[in-house]
Amino acid sequence: MDLFGDLRRMNKRQLYYQVLNFAMIVSSALMIWKGLIVVTGSESPIVVVLSGSMEPAFHRGDLLFLTNFHNDPIRAGEIVVFKVEGRDIPIVHRVIKVHEKGNGNIKFLTKGDNNEVDDRGLYKEGQNWLEKKDVVGRARGFLPYVGMVTIIMNDYPKFKYALLAVMGAYVLLKRES
Amino acid sequence: FRKNVEDFTGPRERSDLGFVTFDITADILNGKNARLFKYNMVFFLTLIHLQSIFDWNVKQLFLYLSAEYSTKNNALNQVVLWDKIMLRGDNPRLSLKDMKSKYFFFDDGNGLKGNRNITLTLSWNVVPNAGILPLVTGSGHVSVPFPDTYETTKSY
Repeated sequence: MDLFGDLRRMNKRQLYYQVLNFAMIVSSALMIWKGLIVVTGSESPIVVVLSGSMEPAFHRGDLLFLTNFHNDPIRAGEIVVFKVEGRDIPIVHRVIKVHEKGNGNIKFLTKGDNNEVDDRGLYKEGQNWLEKKDVVGRARGFLPYVGMVTIIMNDYPKFKYALLAVMGAYVLLKRES
Repeated sequence: FRKNVEDFTGPRERSDLGFVTFDITADILNGKNARLFKYNMVFFLTLIHLQSIFDWNVKQLFLYLSAEYSTKNNALNQVVLWDKIMLRGDNPRLSLKDMKSKYFFFDDGNGLKGNRNITLTLSWNVVPNAGILPLVTGSGHVSVPFPDTYETTKSY
């Protein structure tokens, strides 16, 4: 009986150890993410392409790396990721018109490469131009397909829970050698 | 030539609308130099190249012709007049004659009238299979002066 008690106590300590290990991994990941936000100046330095409006350059599921440096001017031809006021979905399109005043005030128009018309239909009611504050970042680099995981998790929540359950079980049961 | 009409693509104020026709002859096989020649409001754009742009990691080029100019209203204006997607494997020699601009050349205001210095440049966005997305501007550009009066009768 004593032996059994010992075993149970040891397992509890191991459990706490595993949980702490897991918490450390999660914290490190979060720190890296926050670090990226600081370094790139963008609130969302990595985004997944959600629509086919920039084909054949970008397809649904591609991953984009953004920067959003304050002094970077917005110029025609650049690919920007922006959010329409009041909506949460980031849109990845190209700048086709820029009008900049002497004091730095910029207004610009965007259009998806694969769309026939410009984005005015996507903007807010009565809004004709985008401004710097609407920009999440500028696309600097890209990786194909990698973002598909996020899309699958969004479309099939059961998959997301299954993945989390597997990850949780793995971390808790893994024995450190 | 130029008209002053309501910008029917968006804002309802009257703005200057410009019409430009151009020819594009481009050989996008090797290198990054672009030379633009002007001949009677018809522009020849020749790209002379030094080394191949289409390497194994280039999926496509997004080419665009943009007009850049200054007006009383805005210190800097850029309007994309025409664009084209060129995939790896497409014929890298472009020879387009008498092109009309693909997009309406609306100014934000009335800054095209009498504007002597509208600069047209050809640039392109290199889209890799994976990696960095650079924006390259061809060297060489053409200046287009717009006349001092509006066209009232000519139709587009």
